[in-house]
Amino acid sequence: MQRKSLFLRFSAGFGFLFLYAPIIALIIYSFNKSKLVTVWGGWSLKWYSELFQNDQIIDAALLSLKIAFISATVAVVLGTMAGYVLSRFGPFRGKMIFSGWITAPLVMPEVITGLSLLLLFVALEGMFGWPSGRGTGTIIIAHVTFCMAYVAVIVQARLSSMDETLEEAAMDLGAKPSSLFFLVTLPLIAPAIISGWLLSFTLSLDDLVIASFVSGPGNSTLPMVIFSKVRLGVTPEVNALATIMIAIVAIGVIAAMFQMRRQARLLAKLD
Amino acid sequence: MSISTGSVWVDGSSSRMQRYNIFRRVNWGRFAVVAIPAFWLGIFFFIPFLVVFKISLSETAIAVPPYTPLLEWDLEEAYINLKISLGNYLYLLEDAFYLEAYLSSIKIAAISTFFTLLIAFPIAYLIARSDGSRRALLLALVILPFWTSFLLRVYAWMGFLKKNGIVNEFLLSLGIIDQPLVMLQTDFAVYLGIVYTYLPFMVLPLYSALEKMDMTLLEAAEDLGCRPAQSFFLITLPLAIPGIVAGCLLVFIPAVGEFVIPALLGGSDTLMIGRVLWDEFFLNRDWPMASAVAIVMLIVLVLPIMLIRNGQGKGEAI
Repeated sequence: MQRKSLFLRFSAGFGFLFLYAPIIALIIYSFNKSKLVTVWGGWSLKWYSELFQNDQIIDAALLSLKIAFISATVAVVLGTMAGYVLSRFGPFRGKMIFSGWITAPLVMPEVITGLSLLLLFVALEGMFGWPSGRGTGTIIIAHVTFCMAYVAVIVQARLSSMDETLEEAAMDLGAKPSSLFFLVTLPLIAPAIISGWLLSFTLSLDDLVIASFVSGPGNSTLPMVIFSKVRLGVTPEVNALATIMIAIVAIGVIAAMFQMRRQARLLAKLD
Repeated sequence: MSISTGSVWVDGSSSRMQRYNIFRRVNWGRFAVVAIPAFWLGIFFFIPFLVVFKISLSETAIAVPPYTPLLEWDLEEAYINLKISLGNYLYLLEDAFYLEAYLSSIKIAAISTFFTLLIAFPIAYLIARSDGSRRALLLALVILPFWTSFLLRVYAWMGFLKKNGIVNEFLLSLGIIDQPLVMLQTDFAVYLGIVYTYLPFMVLPLYSALEKMDMTLLEAAEDLGCRPAQSFFLITLPLAIPGIVAGCLLVFIPAVGEFVIPALLGGSDTLMIGRVLWDEFFLNRDWPMASAVAIVMLIVLVLPIMLIRNGQGKGEAI
């Protein structure tokens, strides 16, 4: 019996309204003609064209995309290794410590991670002359560090829920460890790796606090530019930018959902 | 039994993977897979804390980098000078401002966590009791905002809450209020911002706890004359406790150190420790003091909670 009371529906509905109302309002107001953000002056694409003429925002967006792409890729490699160790290596000495190490970055407040990485970079530069100055490279290192933890947990969850028989069969047939991993395990955990990459990409693209600590002069990422604009108040250009970013994410998530549904239906048919 | 690998197993684990585990023979490959991620985190996540601790014991100076060295030596003159300053920690204790900031962060995080739980529970419960494609749709609706920029979602609330913002215009037009309410740059806005941005972190662990619940328990309770409200407090709530604990920790810890939300939505009098650390670093350029603030935050707030529970749930939730 699946009864859902009116109270439950109402309060859950309120929750969803709470989640979406500000986003929807922001999207609508990005098409507002008026310069005064809250006065409705009719529909217009004015702020979009101004956005694309703003070199500061465009440069920052390109820099952020580059950092996010590299960080996500490195994080996926390191995180997959860590996730594989956690779920397939069986018990080994120091495993508890290893799993604690891997997941610790997930709960650390960002201000602490950012400050400590910056102080490390400064100390390393003083001792070894590397990294000389801070910029794109140091931001990438910082992002890889916190993103790999997310990838590790996602890959581990996927591996733990997965049947081991295919891997056992490959081993029985004499597959080497490396070919076992690349020919059998990797294709099986591909969905987890893809979602780990996408999540890392999003997290890197979104990070303000850590990047502010570890970046150098002249290396403003998109969140840093948005933050400095937004601190002074609501600006219609940022509304337009937000709408574009939300649209891209929404299309991606909906496409992924349809893909999964199609696969599920296909599997159901095969049964 | 494990002839195929040609070695003897000492730990006698019963897992089949264990018996077939050929990685034990290729120790170097195995070692590298463990060592590379561990090394990365060691260098870029754990050693930095030691550096922060070291710098918290030095004093601020007009130099590059802006702090005094802890250790100075000159081998020719056989002179080593170790200078440890506890001044930053003493100052933290003496100045009531810092204590207030820590307490106020804990208060704001705790109240926000409670309200997050209150709003997340019905959502998680509804999802857990929906079926099939409807459940997938509702879950996607909860996760979707999480994939969009956190900074922009906080920003969206600025347009909502400001003096001539959408909420005020709406209430004024309905005649409910005749003066615009001051909502932006208050503690209220900070609570709202935290609840809003951390909601998915609460919904997902709650959902995974409630999903496992056996619905026949509720039917049995009803048959035995239990009222819905009673059976909620006697059955549903106790069974959801693992999800409640996981969700609350995932919201509380990052909320304590939050910077962006108080900076954008809070007023100048909204004290939060993440903001204090940021200002010490970026405005006062007092790196040693910022380090001391971080170390105290780490020891007092983060470590105890991390020891209770490691961060597993957050990733699983996604």
